[in-house]
Amino acid sequence: MSSVFTLSQAAKEEVLLKELSALTEHHRENCEPYARILAANGYQGATSVEGLPWLPVRLFKNLELKSIPDDEVYKVLTSSGTTGAEVSKIYLDKAAAGEQTRKLGATVQSVLGPKRLPMILVDTKAMLKDRKSFSARGAGVLGMSNFGRNHVWALDNEGHVDVEALKGFLEQYGDEPFLIFGFTYLVWLHLYEVALENDLDLSNGILIHSGGWKKLVDQAVSPEEFRKRLAAVGLTKVHNYYGMIEQIGTIFLEGPTGGSLYCPDFADVVIRDPETWAEQPVGKPGLIEVISTLPTSYPGHVLLTEDLGVVHGVDDGDWPGKRFSVLGRLPRAEARGCSDTYREAA
Amino acid sequence: MSNLQRLREAFRTSLDLPADAPVDELQYQDNEKWDSLAHMSLVAALEDEFSVMIDTDDVINMSSFTEAVSILGKYGVDFNE
Repeated sequence: MSSVFTLSQAAKEEVLLKELSALTEHHRENCEPYARILAANGYQGATSVEGLPWLPVRLFKNLELKSIPDDEVYKVLTSSGTTGAEVSKIYLDKAAAGEQTRKLGATVQSVLGPKRLPMILVDTKAMLKDRKSFSARGAGVLGMSNFGRNHVWALDNEGHVDVEALKGFLEQYGDEPFLIFGFTYLVWLHLYEVALENDLDLSNGILIHSGGWKKLVDQAVSPEEFRKRLAAVGLTKVHNYYGMIEQIGTIFLEGPTGGSLYCPDFADVVIRDPETWAEQPVGKPGLIEVISTLPTSYPGHVLLTEDLGVVHGVDDGDWPGKRFSVLGRLPRAEARGCSDTYREAA
Repeated sequence: MSNLQRLREAFRTSLDLPADAPVDELQYQDNEKWDSLAHMSLVAALEDEFSVMIDTDDVINMSSFTEAVSILGKYGVDFNE
């Protein structure tokens, strides 16, 4: 199976330092506000990935940051943003839009293979009613639906579980590998519990899920507990992922044995001390900086998030490179949409 | 009906276009009817119409009518009959 999880940390940093330094120059030349920020920071080039200049992710809410002329803007993405909060605006040209789709495809195919699998979407079609403006959740579901076929929606228009649809799907496709996609909390509430009650056999399923743990933590369900309980209904191939609209196309994917997220070859993370901004050693939590070669049309290639995380190890897990976990939001940060997916649920 | 005509029909039906709409020049997302949701229906319709199973990469790369012709060609659909 072709994979985008192949480079050791040293090999990756060599590639990324070169590509991201060039990308930094590209954005400096083509995005005036970004050039001013670099000048103010006194950036003179980086000798390590950790030394690349980062922008706080929040800046995309305050500034129009793009490195393409207005007439080349092909798509403007907006973050989910909680009510009343400003939303991020991300500008893509055709090349960047195509590349993010291809790289997301390559990442997911690292665990699914090249064939599209029959697919359960743990969501409701009602969310896509307004074709002109999908929520971030809708966009996420649609992006993933490319990897499936014969899609079935697990929830009806009222947001109730459609047990008959699930049974029908499993009868038809349950004997071969199939794909399940949904937001973590919806999977927990609407698939795990329903599978348990109705004795549904999900043992050929491959689950890909995302969307924040906050609501599950409130119910005292840790990521470990989540995996353990899903295994009880036969679901052992489980991949959580972490990603954000400001770095669309880049996802950090949980490895087969669980417990850690991995960086694809074109991306990396740096964990920073929230007070000194210095890189934290392995095992010490801090703010997550996300790094990716995909943002070519806007200067989002090195972003400091408001999420806390920790690197568990380097070149010592299922796949090479850093492996890490997301621990939650920095307490002072405003509440953000993605971890509250369920509130928008029908 | 020739395969090319069947392909045009599948595009019109999936993208909800009039029966006589020209489709040979269509590009993904340049026509407002061909959005990501319609793309899913289109792929399903092509698979049904030509009895093929299209791989993920080809779904992602099917960004125009012309591209659809060449991708389906790989799966053995002959458009030069």
